[in-house]
Amino acid sequence: MALPALTLLVLFLVIPALLAFGLSFTNARLISPNPPRFVGLDNFVRAFTADPVFLRSTLNTFVFAGVVVPVQAGLGLALAVLVNQKIRGVTAFRVIFFVPVVTSIVVVSILWRFLYQDDGLINSFIDTVTFGAWHGMAWLNDPSTALGAIIVLSIWQAVGFHMLIWLSGLQTIPEELYEAARMDGASPWQQFAHVTWPGLRSTMVFVLVTITIAALGLFVQIDVMTQGGPVNSTSTLVYHAVRKGYREQETGYGATISLIFFVIVLVIALIQRYLTREED
Amino acid sequence: MYRRSPMKIVTVCAAGALALTACGQAGQGGTTTEDGREQLTMWTHSAGNPAELEVYEQIIEDFNASQDQYEVVSESFPQGAYNDAIVAAAAADDLPCLLDMDGPIVANWAWAGYLQPLEFPAEITGSLLPTAVGTYQGDIYSAGYWDAALAVFARQSVLEKNDIRIPTVDDPWTVDEFDDALETLQAAGYETPLDIGAEDKGEWWSYAYSPMLQSAGGDEIDRDTYLSADGALNGPEAVDFFTWFQEAFDKGWASADGTIGNEEFNADEVALSYTGVWNAMDSLEAAGDDLLILPPPDFGTGPRIGGGSWQWGISSSCASPEGARAYLEFSFKDEYIAQFSDKQVVIPATAGAEMLSEHFGEDGDLRPFVELSQKFALARPETPAYPVISSTFEKAAKDIMNGADVGSTLDGAVQEIDANIASNDGYGF
Repeated sequence: MALPALTLLVLFLVIPALLAFGLSFTNARLISPNPPRFVGLDNFVRAFTADPVFLRSTLNTFVFAGVVVPVQAGLGLALAVLVNQKIRGVTAFRVIFFVPVVTSIVVVSILWRFLYQDDGLINSFIDTVTFGAWHGMAWLNDPSTALGAIIVLSIWQAVGFHMLIWLSGLQTIPEELYEAARMDGASPWQQFAHVTWPGLRSTMVFVLVTITIAALGLFVQIDVMTQGGPVNSTSTLVYHAVRKGYREQETGYGATISLIFFVIVLVIALIQRYLTREED
Repeated sequence: MYRRSPMKIVTVCAAGALALTACGQAGQGGTTTEDGREQLTMWTHSAGNPAELEVYEQIIEDFNASQDQYEVVSESFPQGAYNDAIVAAAAADDLPCLLDMDGPIVANWAWAGYLQPLEFPAEITGSLLPTAVGTYQGDIYSAGYWDAALAVFARQSVLEKNDIRIPTVDDPWTVDEFDDALETLQAAGYETPLDIGAEDKGEWWSYAYSPMLQSAGGDEIDRDTYLSADGALNGPEAVDFFTWFQEAFDKGWASADGTIGNEEFNADEVALSYTGVWNAMDSLEAAGDDLLILPPPDFGTGPRIGGGSWQWGISSSCASPEGARAYLEFSFKDEYIAQFSDKQVVIPATAGAEMLSEHFGEDGDLRPFVELSQKFALARPETPAYPVISSTFEKAAKDIMNGADVGSTLDGAVQEIDANIASNDGYGF
């Protein structure tokens, strides 16, 4: 029964992964009349010693994930708690928060690129609310603000999805527990800390792992908005792998970067798994 | 849910297998039609460009009717996916007989063995603009019907009002004059006087700004050896030019924001626009007789503009190169070239077609582009390393625009290019 799924998985996941592993020890090129040569660890040495953009991309990737994971998870939870109340029109809010998720990230990135321009909507807004005292800058053109700008947009785009996951978790917590807590005189905060949060444990693990993996794989926003610039401040591992491996045709080196990326994600996922394990 | 599946799986697999074999069948050539003609497959990048496709259809129809040995069958791809389609087809050994390609990629594909030498009669290739012919290591691999060109657009009334000299092909602006002009225009109320096109990405960067670098005396690579960019991309001339480039953004003469295309100029929000012939019709409409098509400034060794547009070649796996050659020779007629040129607004590659062209003839409204192309066009480096050079150039220029240190950024770019050339054993040079 699992055969079709397995076939596809092997064809599009296992084989490419094995190929990437093999290619990363060669100097294979996308287009070349010369056959690939085995070059040992050359590509790895190059990545860590002779490719400053790779190191910067690694740093950027971690900064991005380091900010996005807690903020997006926290914001998602806050929104979920807000839209979980039984008040009129709450569905409208759920829809509003969820709309960015169903919009194509490419479209979102293009729109936000306009918003972030020197004379874009965001700067006009700042201009208006500060009565002209402070005028913003071209956010994506400054190395010190570009990554931050992309973080904000990314959280805005994806937070609705995780709000929905949290919401489904919230709704599995039986109302009786809250009633019992209230009978014991628990304050809203105590209810949250002792009823809601423990009840969300498995949801929390899922949200954490999915956000982490998605954040580490940051690519589209970069490709559309900044192409890794200004001055490498937004280059990420996946973007760098695509640039090297495909656009500059160095398949072997691109495979090396992908392999390093794979190992990093694997290690982080295992650590998360260990930290959030069920303690029996 | 679980029950109905076995039959479905079989069907899906069968369909998938069929689709795969069907894909495997595309391309190449060598199949014959019912009436005994040999089929020549042809791929274009022109999907979504009806004006261009119309001319191709006309040529193919005429060619198929003119003889009974071959039949050309064309297939079009959108430009964005075209190069990927070619690379994938080459990997699957499934290239079409006839394919078109952007000028700067020719050397790379020739080196990779995708193409075979064109072996055109010299009277055809000799009659074309030099930048409409693609060569690698002395052999001609491609030829095109047209070329594009860049120019500086301006409004005569604006320049005259601000006492700015109107440059000519023989007497272009020097870089100092250009600086003064930009300063004057900025003072006259144009917040960003020049639309230099920096909001675009990809090949545009190398196409648009490497000619400025060449005008200053630098280049993207040492064209004597094609083995290193050292001294060309990071020499004192290159540093001078990129310092100017950085300052142009610092001083607000140019901006990395804005929309791709020429809207800002057409709306008179910028006074000068560094842009291509393909945007000329809209600007003519917006500015009318007031529109000036000016040569780019001289950064030291005379103005330069990029040359080399889409060209045609024959794949190395083509089963019938004679047929493909016959078709291409047939297609290089002045009347077809003139049609391409007028419908797409690009510069015709032959003098004969120029005479027939409405826009580019002696009295045509876009005639200045022909002069610019003839006098200043320089092909991008004809080396298989070009895709890497272009990508590295774009990144370095963008970093410099955003304030990176000029010298060290250029040194880094040179290192990257040289490492790539070395790891490819010199790309055959």
